[in-house]
Amino acid sequence: MSNFDFSTTLGNAFFNTPIFTASGCASSGKELAQFFPLNEIGAVVTKSVMNKPRYGRPTPRMAETPSGMLNSIGLQGPGIDAFLAKDVPWLVEQKSRVIVSIAGETVEEYATLARKVRSVPGISALEVNISCPNVENRGLVFACDPDASRRVIDGVRRTIGGEIPIIAKLSPDVTNLPAIAQGVVDAGADGLALINTVLGMVINLDSMRPHLGGKTGGLSGPAIRPVAVRAIYQVHAAMPQVPILGMGGVSSGRDALELILAGASGVSVGTASFGNPHAVIEIQRELQELLIAKGFPTLKSAIGYAHREEGQ
Amino acid sequence: MSEINRGASHLLAPVLANKRVGQYHQIVLGIGDLVKSCRPGNFVAIKVGGDSSRMILRRAFAISRVAESVSFGGTMELIVAPHGTGSKWLCSQSEGAEVDIVTPLGTAFGIPTQPVNALLVGGGYGSAPLFGLAEVLKARGCKVDMLLGASTGGKIYAPMEGKRSVNSLKIFTEDGSMGELGRVTEPILKLVEDKLVDVIYSCGPMGMLRAISEITANSDVVHQCAVEEAMACGIGICMTCVLPVRGESGQISMLRSCIDGPVMDGAQVQWDLVGQAPEVAP
Repeated sequence: MSNFDFSTTLGNAFFNTPIFTASGCASSGKELAQFFPLNEIGAVVTKSVMNKPRYGRPTPRMAETPSGMLNSIGLQGPGIDAFLAKDVPWLVEQKSRVIVSIAGETVEEYATLARKVRSVPGISALEVNISCPNVENRGLVFACDPDASRRVIDGVRRTIGGEIPIIAKLSPDVTNLPAIAQGVVDAGADGLALINTVLGMVINLDSMRPHLGGKTGGLSGPAIRPVAVRAIYQVHAAMPQVPILGMGGVSSGRDALELILAGASGVSVGTASFGNPHAVIEIQRELQELLIAKGFPTLKSAIGYAHREEGQ
Repeated sequence: MSEINRGASHLLAPVLANKRVGQYHQIVLGIGDLVKSCRPGNFVAIKVGGDSSRMILRRAFAISRVAESVSFGGTMELIVAPHGTGSKWLCSQSEGAEVDIVTPLGTAFGIPTQPVNALLVGGGYGSAPLFGLAEVLKARGCKVDMLLGASTGGKIYAPMEGKRSVNSLKIFTEDGSMGELGRVTEPILKLVEDKLVDVIYSCGPMGMLRAISEITANSDVVHQCAVEEAMACGIGICMTCVLPVRGESGQISMLRSCIDGPVMDGAQVQWDLVGQAPEVAP
Protein backbone atom coordinates (compact mmCIF):
# COMPACT_ATOMS: atom_id res chain seq x y z
CA MET A 1 0.00 0.00 0.00
CA SER A 2 2.85 2.34 0.79
CA ASN A 3 4.18 1.68 -2.73
CA PHE A 4 1.01 3.03 -4.29
CA ASP A 5 1.73 6.17 -6.33
CA PHE A 6 -0.73 8.62 -4.79
CA SER A 7 1.00 11.70 -6.19
CA THR A 8 -0.52 14.28 -8.46
CA THR A 9 0.42 17.45 -10.29
CA LEU A 10 -1.32 20.72 -10.96
CA GLY A 11 0.62 22.44 -13.72
CA ASN A 12 4.26 22.26 -12.68
CA ALA A 13 3.47 21.76 -8.99
CA PHE A 14 3.90 18.28 -7.52
CA PHE A 15 1.95 16.96 -4.54
CA ASN A 16 2.46 13.70 -2.63
CA THR A 17 -1.27 13.16 -2.31
CA PRO A 18 -4.30 14.55 -4.16
CA ILE A 19 -6.27 15.60 -1.06
CA PHE A 20 -6.17 19.27 -0.08
CA THR A 21 -8.10 21.55 2.20
CA ALA A 22 -10.51 23.92 0.44
CA SER A 23 -10.05 27.66 0.56
CA GLY A 24 -12.18 29.21 3.28
CA CYS A 25 -12.58 25.91 5.10
CA ALA A 26 -9.25 25.63 6.88
CA SER A 27 -8.52 29.27 7.73
CA SER A 28 -4.72 29.28 7.40
CA GLY A 29 -4.09 25.85 8.86
CA LYS A 30 -3.33 26.50 12.52
CA GLU A 31 -6.78 25.48 13.70
CA LEU A 32 -6.61 22.01 12.11
CA ALA A 33 -3.02 21.27 13.16
CA GLN A 34 -4.28 19.96 16.52
CA PHE A 35 -6.11 17.17 14.68
CA PHE A 36 -3.59 15.94 12.07
CA PRO A 37 -0.14 16.88 10.79
CA LEU A 38 -0.68 19.34 7.96
CA ASN A 39 2.30 17.96 6.04
CA GLU A 40 0.59 14.59 5.61
CA ILE A 41 -2.02 15.94 3.19
CA GLY A 42 -1.50 17.15 -0.37
CA ALA A 43 -1.61 20.85 0.48
CA VAL A 44 -3.30 23.45 2.62
CA VAL A 45 -5.30 25.84 0.46
CA THR A 46 -5.58 28.99 2.54
CA LYS A 47 -8.63 31.21 2.91
CA SER A 48 -8.95 33.70 0.04
CA VAL A 49 -7.11 36.81 1.09
CA MET A 50 -7.59 40.35 -0.20
CA ASN A 51 -5.14 43.20 -0.39
CA LYS A 52 -6.46 45.03 2.66
CA PRO A 53 -7.79 43.67 5.98
CA ARG A 54 -11.49 43.07 5.77
CA TYR A 55 -14.32 42.66 8.28
CA GLY A 56 -16.61 40.65 6.04
CA ARG A 57 -20.36 40.50 6.16
CA PRO A 58 -22.67 40.97 9.16
CA THR A 59 -23.91 38.02 11.24
CA PRO A 60 -25.81 35.75 11.02
CA ARG A 61 -23.35 34.29 8.52
CA MET A 62 -24.50 30.70 8.55
CA ALA A 63 -27.58 28.59 8.03
CA GLU A 64 -27.63 24.82 8.00
CA THR A 65 -29.67 23.35 5.15
CA PRO A 66 -30.51 19.75 4.27
CA SER A 67 -27.12 18.04 3.72
CA GLY A 68 -25.49 21.41 3.37
CA MET A 69 -25.08 24.90 4.68
CA LEU A 70 -25.15 28.47 3.49
CA ASN A 71 -22.37 30.83 4.44
CA SER A 72 -21.96 34.51 3.91
CA ILE A 73 -18.59 35.34 5.41
CA GLY A 74 -17.67 37.95 2.84
CA LEU A 75 -13.91 37.32 2.75
CA GLN A 76 -13.10 38.42 6.27
CA GLY A 77 -9.34 38.39 6.60
CA PRO A 78 -6.12 40.01 7.75
CA GLY A 79 -5.03 41.38 4.37
CA ILE A 80 -2.24 40.00 2.18
CA ASP A 81 0.69 41.66 3.96
CA ALA A 82 -0.10 40.28 7.42
CA PHE A 83 -1.04 36.94 5.88
CA LEU A 84 2.23 36.54 3.99
CA ALA A 85 4.27 37.74 6.97
CA LYS A 86 2.66 35.47 9.57
CA ASP A 87 0.56 32.64 8.19
CA VAL A 88 2.61 31.41 5.23
CA PRO A 89 5.91 31.16 7.16
CA TRP A 90 4.10 29.17 9.85
CA LEU A 91 2.78 26.69 7.27
CA VAL A 92 6.20 26.43 5.63
CA GLU A 93 7.68 25.72 9.05
CA GLN A 94 5.23 22.81 9.41
CA LYS A 95 6.62 21.50 6.08
CA SER A 96 3.14 21.82 4.65
CA ARG A 97 2.58 22.38 0.95
CA VAL A 98 0.78 25.70 0.53
CA ILE A 99 -1.62 26.94 -2.10
CA VAL A 100 -2.49 30.59 -1.52
CA SER A 101 -5.94 31.75 -2.57
CA ILE A 102 -6.42 35.40 -3.49
CA ALA A 103 -9.54 37.50 -4.08
CA GLY A 104 -9.81 41.05 -5.33
CA GLU A 105 -12.39 43.66 -6.17
CA THR A 106 -10.62 44.86 -9.29
CA VAL A 107 -8.38 43.41 -11.98
CA GLU A 108 -5.56 45.56 -10.57
CA GLU A 109 -6.05 44.20 -7.05
CA TYR A 110 -5.58 40.64 -8.29
CA ALA A 111 -2.35 41.64 -10.05
CA THR A 112 -1.09 43.36 -6.90
CA LEU A 113 -1.91 40.29 -4.82
CA ALA A 114 -0.15 38.01 -7.30
CA ARG A 115 2.96 40.19 -7.23
CA LYS A 116 3.08 40.01 -3.43
CA VAL A 117 2.55 36.24 -3.40
CA ARG A 118 5.31 35.74 -6.00
CA SER A 119 7.86 37.33 -3.71
CA VAL A 120 7.28 34.85 -0.85
CA PRO A 121 9.06 31.47 -0.86
CA GLY A 122 7.39 28.16 -0.09
CA ILE A 123 4.15 28.60 -2.03
CA SER A 124 3.29 25.76 -4.41
CA ALA A 125 0.47 27.32 -6.39
CA LEU A 126 -1.80 30.34 -6.58
CA GLU A 127 -5.57 29.95 -6.52
CA VAL A 128 -7.25 32.96 -8.07
CA ASN A 129 -10.72 33.07 -6.54
CA ILE A 130 -12.82 34.96 -9.06
CA SER A 131 -16.05 33.38 -7.92
CA CYS A 132 -16.72 34.28 -4.28
CA PRO A 133 -20.50 34.78 -4.14
CA ASN A 134 -20.34 36.85 -0.96
CA VAL A 135 -19.35 40.21 -2.32
CA GLU A 136 -21.53 43.28 -1.99
CA ASN A 137 -22.18 43.53 -5.68
CA ARG A 138 -22.90 40.36 -7.60
CA GLY A 139 -21.52 42.23 -10.62
CA LEU A 140 -18.13 41.71 -9.00
CA VAL A 141 -18.29 37.96 -9.38
CA PHE A 142 -15.79 37.95 -12.21
CA ALA A 143 -16.35 34.27 -12.93
CA CYS A 144 -19.92 34.96 -14.08
CA ASP A 145 -18.60 37.14 -16.91
CA PRO A 146 -16.28 35.53 -19.50
CA ASP A 147 -14.60 38.81 -20.35
CA ALA A 148 -13.97 39.87 -16.73
CA SER A 149 -12.65 36.38 -15.91
CA ARG A 150 -10.16 36.58 -18.75
CA ARG A 151 -8.98 40.05 -17.75
CA VAL A 152 -8.30 39.00 -14.16
CA ILE A 153 -6.31 35.92 -15.19
CA ASP A 154 -4.48 37.87 -17.86
CA GLY A 155 -3.42 40.43 -15.25
CA VAL A 156 -2.20 37.71 -12.89
CA ARG A 157 -0.41 35.90 -15.73
CA ARG A 158 1.50 39.07 -16.63
CA THR A 159 2.70 39.19 -13.02
CA ILE A 160 3.50 35.50 -12.56
CA GLY A 161 5.57 34.19 -15.42
CA GLY A 162 5.35 30.47 -14.73
CA GLU A 163 7.13 30.24 -11.38
CA ILE A 164 4.03 28.73 -9.79
CA PRO A 165 0.84 27.48 -11.43
CA ILE A 166 -2.19 29.74 -11.56
CA ILE A 167 -5.44 28.00 -10.71
CA ALA A 168 -8.64 29.90 -11.50
CA LYS A 169 -11.52 29.12 -9.13
CA LEU A 170 -14.79 29.19 -11.01
CA SER A 171 -18.47 29.42 -10.12
CA PRO A 172 -21.02 26.80 -11.17
CA ASP A 173 -23.64 29.59 -11.34
CA VAL A 174 -23.17 30.17 -15.05
CA THR A 175 -24.90 28.96 -18.17
CA ASN A 176 -21.84 27.81 -20.09
CA LEU A 177 -19.08 26.76 -17.71
CA PRO A 178 -16.79 25.19 -20.35
CA ALA A 179 -16.75 28.51 -22.26
CA ILE A 180 -15.71 30.46 -19.14
CA ALA A 181 -13.11 27.78 -18.38
CA GLN A 182 -11.73 27.98 -21.92
CA GLY A 183 -11.49 31.76 -21.59
CA VAL A 184 -9.39 31.70 -18.43
CA VAL A 185 -7.16 28.93 -19.79
CA ASP A 186 -6.60 30.99 -22.95
CA ALA A 187 -5.71 33.95 -20.69
CA GLY A 188 -3.03 31.88 -18.98
CA ALA A 189 -4.56 29.80 -16.19
CA ASP A 190 -2.60 26.57 -15.67
CA GLY A 191 -5.46 24.85 -13.91
CA LEU A 192 -9.03 25.26 -12.71
CA ALA A 193 -10.63 24.93 -9.29
CA LEU A 194 -14.19 23.65 -9.58
CA ILE A 195 -16.56 24.49 -7.93
CA ASN A 196 -17.11 27.45 -5.66
CA THR A 197 -20.32 27.50 -3.63
CA VAL A 198 -23.73 27.80 -5.26
CA LEU A 199 -25.66 30.98 -4.52
CA GLY A 200 -28.62 30.38 -2.23
CA MET A 201 -30.97 31.88 0.34
CA VAL A 202 -32.83 30.82 3.46
CA ILE A 203 -35.81 32.74 4.77
CA ASN A 204 -36.25 32.77 8.53
CA LEU A 205 -39.82 31.89 9.46
CA ASP A 206 -39.70 33.88 12.71
CA SER A 207 -38.59 37.16 11.13
CA MET A 208 -40.02 36.23 7.72
CA ARG A 209 -36.97 37.84 6.15
CA PRO A 210 -33.76 36.44 4.65
CA HIS A 211 -31.94 34.73 7.52
CA LEU A 212 -28.38 35.68 6.61
CA GLY A 213 -27.02 39.14 7.37
CA GLY A 214 -25.83 39.29 3.77
CA LYS A 215 -29.24 37.96 2.59
CA THR A 216 -27.70 35.51 0.08
CA GLY A 217 -25.00 32.97 0.82
CA GLY A 218 -22.95 30.22 -0.75
CA LEU A 219 -24.35 26.70 -0.52
CA SER A 220 -21.81 23.98 0.25
CA GLY A 221 -21.76 20.44 1.56
CA PRO A 222 -23.00 17.12 0.15
CA ALA A 223 -26.06 18.87 -1.30
CA ILE A 224 -23.91 20.36 -4.08
CA ARG A 225 -21.70 17.35 -4.82
CA PRO A 226 -23.62 16.32 -7.98
CA VAL A 227 -23.23 19.89 -9.27
CA ALA A 228 -19.46 19.61 -8.73
CA VAL A 229 -19.27 16.22 -10.45
CA ARG A 230 -21.20 17.58 -13.42
CA ALA A 231 -19.05 20.72 -13.66
CA ILE A 232 -15.79 18.76 -13.48
CA TYR A 233 -17.03 16.20 -16.00
CA GLN A 234 -18.14 18.89 -18.48
CA VAL A 235 -14.92 20.88 -18.26
CA HIS A 236 -12.67 17.83 -18.37
CA ALA A 237 -14.52 16.63 -21.45
CA ALA A 238 -13.91 19.96 -23.16
CA MET A 239 -10.28 20.38 -22.01
CA PRO A 240 -8.85 17.03 -20.89
CA GLN A 241 -5.30 18.42 -20.74
CA VAL A 242 -6.13 21.12 -18.16
CA PRO A 243 -5.69 19.98 -14.55
CA ILE A 244 -8.71 20.44 -12.29
CA LEU A 245 -8.71 20.84 -8.53
CA GLY A 246 -12.15 19.50 -7.68
CA MET A 247 -14.27 20.41 -4.67
CA GLY A 248 -17.93 20.44 -3.69
CA GLY A 249 -19.49 18.38 -0.93
CA VAL A 250 -16.79 15.74 -0.63
CA SER A 251 -17.14 14.01 2.74
CA SER A 252 -15.76 10.53 2.15
CA GLY A 253 -13.19 8.68 0.08
CA ARG A 254 -15.87 7.52 -2.33
CA ASP A 255 -16.95 11.13 -2.90
CA ALA A 256 -13.36 12.12 -3.65
CA LEU A 257 -13.04 9.22 -6.09
CA GLU A 258 -16.21 10.36 -7.86
CA LEU A 259 -14.64 13.78 -8.53
CA ILE A 260 -11.39 12.16 -9.69
CA LEU A 261 -13.23 9.83 -12.09
CA ALA A 262 -15.02 12.90 -13.45
CA GLY A 263 -11.66 14.48 -14.19
CA ALA A 264 -10.19 16.09 -11.08
CA SER A 265 -6.43 15.76 -10.55
CA GLY A 266 -6.80 16.78 -6.91
CA VAL A 267 -9.70 17.11 -4.49
CA SER A 268 -10.25 19.76 -1.83
CA VAL A 269 -12.23 18.94 1.29
CA GLY A 270 -14.15 21.92 2.61
CA THR A 271 -17.39 21.89 4.55
CA ALA A 272 -16.75 18.30 5.73
CA SER A 273 -14.03 19.69 8.03
CA PHE A 274 -16.66 21.78 9.84
CA GLY A 275 -18.47 18.64 10.92
CA ASN A 276 -15.36 16.49 11.34
CA PRO A 277 -11.96 18.02 12.11
CA HIS A 278 -10.32 14.79 10.90
CA ALA A 279 -12.24 14.79 7.60
CA VAL A 280 -9.30 15.67 5.33
CA ILE A 281 -6.97 13.00 6.66
CA GLU A 282 -9.72 10.35 6.86
CA ILE A 283 -10.87 11.02 3.30
CA GLN A 284 -7.28 10.79 2.10
CA ARG A 285 -6.87 7.37 3.70
CA GLU A 286 -10.23 6.14 2.40
CA LEU A 287 -9.46 7.33 -1.13
CA GLN A 288 -6.15 5.51 -1.24
CA GLU A 289 -7.75 2.27 0.00
CA LEU A 290 -10.53 2.62 -2.51
CA LEU A 291 -8.19 3.25 -5.47
CA ILE A 292 -6.21 0.14 -4.56
CA ALA A 293 -9.38 -1.91 -4.07
CA LYS A 294 -10.62 -0.82 -7.50
CA GLY A 295 -7.34 -1.94 -9.04
CA PHE A 296 -5.93 1.41 -10.14
CA PRO A 297 -2.13 1.18 -10.31
CA THR A 298 -1.73 4.91 -9.59
CA LEU A 299 -3.91 7.86 -8.68
CA LYS A 300 -3.17 9.41 -12.07
CA SER A 301 -4.67 6.41 -13.86
CA ALA A 302 -8.03 7.16 -12.24
CA ILE A 303 -8.22 10.82 -13.28
CA GLY A 304 -11.03 11.22 -15.80
CA TYR A 305 -11.63 7.47 -15.96
CA ALA A 306 -15.39 8.04 -16.24
CA HIS A 307 -14.77 9.52 -19.71
CA ARG A 308 -13.37 6.32 -21.27
CA GLU A 309 -15.07 5.00 -24.35
CA GLU A 310 -17.69 2.27 -24.30
CA GLY A 311 -16.21 -1.18 -23.95
CA GLN A 312 -13.03 0.03 -22.21
CA MET B 1 2.24 23.53 16.78
CA SER B 2 -0.27 26.23 17.26
CA GLU B 3 -1.97 27.17 20.51
CA ILE B 4 -5.39 27.10 18.85
CA ASN B 5 -7.58 24.17 19.95
CA ARG B 6 -4.69 22.87 22.05
CA GLY B 7 -6.04 20.22 24.38
CA ALA B 8 -9.02 19.44 22.13
CA SER B 9 -9.69 15.81 21.26
CA HIS B 10 -12.09 14.15 18.86
CA LEU B 11 -13.55 10.93 20.27
CA LEU B 12 -16.55 8.68 20.71
CA ALA B 13 -17.96 9.14 24.20
CA PRO B 14 -20.47 6.80 25.85
CA VAL B 15 -23.70 8.26 27.22
CA LEU B 16 -23.60 7.29 30.90
CA ALA B 17 -26.82 8.97 31.93
CA ASN B 18 -29.62 10.94 30.35
CA LYS B 19 -32.42 12.18 32.55
CA ARG B 20 -35.06 14.81 32.25
CA VAL B 21 -34.74 17.76 34.62
CA GLY B 22 -37.71 20.07 34.18
CA GLN B 23 -37.65 21.30 30.58
CA TYR B 24 -34.04 20.17 30.10
CA HIS B 25 -32.05 16.98 29.81
CA GLN B 26 -29.07 16.29 32.01
CA ILE B 27 -26.69 14.22 29.89
CA VAL B 28 -23.53 12.65 31.29
CA LEU B 29 -20.79 11.52 28.90
CA GLY B 30 -17.73 9.42 29.74
CA ILE B 31 -14.64 11.29 28.60
CA GLY B 32 -11.89 9.69 30.68
CA ASP B 33 -8.73 11.67 31.29
CA LEU B 34 -9.96 14.49 29.09
CA VAL B 35 -11.66 15.95 32.19
CA LYS B 36 -8.22 17.21 33.20
CA SER B 37 -8.19 19.56 30.20
CA CYS B 38 -11.74 20.92 30.71
CA ARG B 39 -12.23 24.29 32.41
CA PRO B 40 -15.47 26.10 33.30
CA GLY B 41 -16.56 28.01 30.19
CA ASN B 42 -15.23 25.46 27.67
CA PHE B 43 -17.66 23.79 25.31
CA VAL B 44 -18.15 20.55 23.44
CA ALA B 45 -19.13 20.14 19.77
CA ILE B 46 -21.29 17.08 19.16
CA LYS B 47 -22.15 15.35 15.89
CA VAL B 48 -25.90 14.82 15.75
CA GLY B 49 -28.34 12.68 13.84
CA GLY B 50 -26.23 9.58 13.19
CA ASP B 51 -24.17 8.70 10.13
CA SER B 52 -26.91 9.08 7.55
CA SER B 53 -28.12 12.38 8.93
CA ARG B 54 -28.80 15.34 6.68
CA MET B 55 -27.49 17.53 9.52
CA ILE B 56 -23.85 18.05 8.60
CA LEU B 57 -22.79 20.45 11.35
CA ARG B 58 -21.95 19.78 14.98
CA ARG B 59 -23.94 21.33 17.77
CA ALA B 60 -22.08 23.27 20.45
CA PHE B 61 -23.00 22.86 24.13
CA ALA B 62 -21.51 24.52 27.17
CA ILE B 63 -19.92 22.00 29.51
CA SER B 64 -21.98 22.13 32.69
CA ARG B 65 -19.37 20.42 34.86
CA VAL B 66 -16.78 17.67 34.79
CA ALA B 67 -16.14 15.13 37.52
CA GLU B 68 -14.05 12.07 38.24
CA SER B 69 -15.36 9.02 40.02
CA VAL B 70 -14.09 5.52 40.69
CA SER B 71 -16.99 3.83 38.91
CA PHE B 72 -17.27 6.04 35.81
CA GLY B 73 -13.85 7.66 35.47
CA GLY B 74 -13.90 11.14 33.98
CA THR B 75 -17.37 12.43 33.14
CA MET B 76 -18.80 15.51 31.49
CA GLU B 77 -22.28 16.82 32.24
CA LEU B 78 -24.36 18.83 29.77
CA ILE B 79 -27.71 20.53 30.24
CA VAL B 80 -29.53 20.40 26.92
CA ALA B 81 -32.78 22.07 25.92
CA PRO B 82 -34.48 19.91 23.27
CA HIS B 83 -35.39 22.84 21.00
CA GLY B 84 -34.08 22.01 17.54
CA THR B 85 -33.69 18.80 15.57
CA GLY B 86 -30.08 18.35 16.68
CA SER B 87 -30.62 18.87 20.39
CA LYS B 88 -33.74 16.67 20.28
CA TRP B 89 -31.64 13.90 18.75
CA LEU B 90 -29.05 14.26 21.50
CA CYS B 91 -31.76 14.19 24.18
CA SER B 92 -33.12 10.97 22.65
CA GLN B 93 -29.81 9.12 23.07
CA SER B 94 -30.14 6.51 25.74
CA GLU B 95 -27.60 5.18 28.19
CA GLY B 96 -24.98 3.10 26.42
CA ALA B 97 -25.16 5.01 23.12
CA GLU B 98 -21.96 6.60 21.84
CA VAL B 99 -21.72 10.16 20.61
CA ASP B 100 -18.99 11.73 18.48
CA ILE B 101 -17.58 14.73 20.33
CA VAL B 102 -14.82 17.33 20.00
CA THR B 103 -13.80 18.87 23.31
CA PRO B 104 -12.69 20.87 25.24
CA LEU B 105 -13.04 23.86 22.94
CA GLY B 106 -12.95 27.61 23.44
CA THR B 107 -11.80 29.93 26.18
CA ALA B 108 -12.50 29.40 29.88
CA PHE B 109 -13.67 31.75 32.61
CA GLY B 110 -10.71 33.49 34.21
CA ILE B 111 -10.33 32.46 37.84
CA PRO B 112 -9.03 35.18 40.17
CA THR B 113 -5.88 34.41 42.11
CA GLN B 114 -7.23 36.31 45.16
CA PRO B 115 -10.54 35.64 46.91
CA VAL B 116 -13.04 38.12 45.43
CA ASN B 117 -16.76 38.79 45.51
CA ALA B 118 -18.09 36.98 42.47
CA LEU B 119 -21.57 37.37 41.04
CA LEU B 120 -22.75 34.64 38.67
CA VAL B 121 -25.66 35.54 36.40
CA GLY B 122 -27.43 32.91 34.33
CA GLY B 123 -30.30 33.17 31.86
CA GLY B 124 -32.36 30.02 31.23
CA TYR B 125 -30.18 26.94 30.87
CA GLY B 126 -27.24 29.34 30.56
CA SER B 127 -26.94 28.73 34.28
CA ALA B 128 -25.59 25.23 33.66
CA PRO B 129 -21.85 26.03 33.37
CA LEU B 130 -22.09 28.47 36.27
CA PHE B 131 -22.49 25.74 38.89
CA GLY B 132 -19.21 24.09 37.90
CA LEU B 133 -17.61 27.55 37.92
CA ALA B 134 -19.07 28.24 41.37
CA GLU B 135 -17.33 25.17 42.77
CA VAL B 136 -13.97 26.35 41.42
CA LEU B 137 -14.49 29.87 42.76
CA LYS B 138 -15.54 28.60 46.19
CA ALA B 139 -12.42 26.47 46.33
CA ARG B 140 -10.42 29.67 45.76
CA GLY B 141 -12.13 31.29 48.74
CA CYS B 142 -14.38 33.58 46.70
CA LYS B 143 -17.79 34.72 47.87
CA VAL B 144 -20.15 33.39 45.23
CA ASP B 145 -23.61 34.86 44.75
CA MET B 146 -25.85 33.71 41.95
CA LEU B 147 -28.76 35.28 40.11
CA LEU B 148 -30.81 33.15 37.75
CA GLY B 149 -33.50 34.38 35.43
CA ALA B 150 -35.86 33.07 32.78
CA SER B 151 -39.17 33.95 31.19
CA THR B 152 -40.92 31.36 33.34
CA GLY B 153 -40.13 29.02 36.24
CA GLY B 154 -39.97 25.90 34.06
CA LYS B 155 -36.96 27.33 32.27
CA ILE B 156 -34.90 27.87 35.42
CA TYR B 157 -32.12 25.34 35.83
CA ALA B 158 -31.00 25.20 39.48
CA PRO B 159 -30.13 21.71 40.72
CA MET B 160 -30.20 21.05 44.46
CA GLU B 161 -26.53 20.05 44.63
CA GLY B 162 -25.58 23.19 42.70
CA LYS B 163 -27.16 25.39 45.35
CA ARG B 164 -24.63 24.13 47.87
CA SER B 165 -21.74 25.65 45.93
CA VAL B 166 -23.05 29.23 46.19
CA ASN B 167 -23.41 31.61 49.14
CA SER B 168 -26.76 32.90 47.91
CA LEU B 169 -29.10 32.18 45.04
CA LYS B 170 -31.90 34.44 43.82
CA ILE B 171 -34.30 33.53 41.06
CA PHE B 172 -36.23 35.94 38.84
CA THR B 173 -38.94 35.13 36.32
CA GLU B 174 -40.66 37.48 33.94
CA ASP B 175 -44.05 35.93 34.70
CA GLY B 176 -43.46 35.65 38.45
CA SER B 177 -44.04 31.89 38.41
CA MET B 178 -40.84 31.26 40.39
CA GLY B 179 -38.77 33.48 42.66
CA GLU B 180 -39.22 37.22 42.25
CA LEU B 181 -41.10 38.88 39.43
CA GLY B 182 -38.77 40.73 37.08
CA ARG B 183 -35.58 40.47 35.09
CA VAL B 184 -32.39 38.94 36.43
CA THR B 185 -30.43 42.08 35.54
CA GLU B 186 -32.51 44.38 37.78
CA PRO B 187 -30.62 43.93 41.09
CA ILE B 188 -27.16 44.15 39.49
CA LEU B 189 -26.90 47.96 39.28
CA LYS B 190 -27.27 48.38 43.04
CA LEU B 191 -24.76 45.60 43.77
CA VAL B 192 -22.26 47.33 41.48
CA GLU B 193 -22.93 50.79 42.94
CA ASP B 194 -22.58 49.49 46.49
CA LYS B 195 -19.27 47.86 45.49
CA LEU B 196 -20.48 44.47 46.67
CA VAL B 197 -19.15 42.70 43.58
CA ASP B 198 -15.71 42.52 41.96
CA VAL B 199 -16.31 40.13 39.08
CA ILE B 200 -19.47 39.19 37.21
CA TYR B 201 -19.58 35.89 35.33
CA SER B 202 -22.51 35.57 32.97
CA CYS B 203 -23.97 33.04 30.60
CA GLY B 204 -27.27 33.35 28.79
CA PRO B 205 -28.97 35.20 25.95
CA MET B 206 -27.03 37.98 24.21
CA GLY B 207 -29.54 40.60 25.37
CA MET B 208 -28.80 39.73 29.00
CA LEU B 209 -25.04 39.83 28.44
CA ARG B 210 -25.35 43.22 26.77
CA ALA B 211 -27.50 44.61 29.60
CA ILE B 212 -24.90 43.51 32.18
CA SER B 213 -22.10 45.10 30.12
CA GLU B 214 -24.01 48.37 30.09
CA ILE B 215 -24.43 48.26 33.89
CA THR B 216 -20.72 47.56 34.50
CA ALA B 217 -19.51 50.00 31.82
CA ASN B 218 -18.54 52.83 34.18
CA SER B 219 -17.36 50.70 37.06
CA ASP B 220 -14.30 48.66 38.04
CA VAL B 221 -16.31 45.47 37.88
CA VAL B 222 -14.89 42.90 35.48
CA HIS B 223 -17.55 41.23 33.33
CA GLN B 224 -16.66 37.84 31.87
CA CYS B 225 -19.47 36.66 29.64
CA ALA B 226 -19.94 33.43 27.71
CA VAL B 227 -21.37 34.51 24.35
CA GLU B 228 -23.71 32.62 22.09
CA GLU B 229 -23.37 32.98 18.31
CA ALA B 230 -24.32 30.49 15.60
CA MET B 231 -21.31 28.30 14.79
CA ALA B 232 -20.71 25.89 11.94
CA CYS B 233 -17.41 24.32 13.01
CA GLY B 234 -16.56 25.21 16.63
CA ILE B 235 -12.83 25.00 15.88
CA GLY B 236 -12.08 28.33 14.22
CA ILE B 237 -12.09 27.46 10.52
CA CYS B 238 -15.47 28.66 9.28
CA MET B 239 -15.53 32.32 10.43
CA THR B 240 -19.31 32.33 10.92
CA CYS B 241 -19.49 32.94 14.70
CA VAL B 242 -17.72 36.30 14.77
CA LEU B 243 -18.40 39.21 17.12
CA PRO B 244 -17.02 42.75 16.97
CA VAL B 245 -14.53 43.13 19.82
CA ARG B 246 -12.28 46.07 20.66
CA GLY B 247 -8.64 45.08 21.10
CA GLU B 248 -5.93 46.65 23.27
CA SER B 249 -4.98 49.10 20.54
CA GLY B 250 -8.59 50.28 20.30
CA GLN B 251 -9.03 48.57 16.95
CA ILE B 252 -12.23 46.58 16.43
CA SER B 253 -11.79 43.02 15.19
CA MET B 254 -14.32 40.40 14.24
CA LEU B 255 -13.31 37.65 16.67
CA ARG B 256 -14.48 34.06 16.49
CA SER B 257 -16.61 33.17 19.48
CA CYS B 258 -15.42 29.55 19.21
CA ILE B 259 -11.70 30.11 19.72
CA ASP B 260 -11.50 33.71 21.02
CA GLY B 261 -14.63 32.94 23.06
CA PRO B 262 -17.07 31.80 24.23
CA VAL B 263 -15.79 33.59 27.33
CA MET B 264 -15.07 37.19 26.40
CA ASP B 265 -14.52 40.46 28.23
CA GLY B 266 -17.98 42.02 28.18
CA ALA B 267 -16.49 45.51 28.23
CA GLN B 268 -14.70 44.91 24.92
CA VAL B 269 -17.57 43.33 22.98
CA GLN B 270 -19.13 46.01 20.77
CA TRP B 271 -22.70 45.04 21.47
CA ASP B 272 -24.20 47.80 19.33
CA LEU B 273 -22.29 46.49 16.29
CA VAL B 274 -23.38 42.85 16.62
CA GLY B 275 -25.19 41.89 13.43
CA GLN B 276 -23.77 44.84 11.51
CA ALA B 277 -20.85 45.13 9.17
CA PRO B 278 -18.46 47.72 10.58
CA GLU B 279 -18.24 50.47 8.00
CA VAL B 280 -14.54 51.14 7.87
CA ALA B 281 -11.87 48.56 7.19
CA PRO B 282 -9.89 47.54 10.27
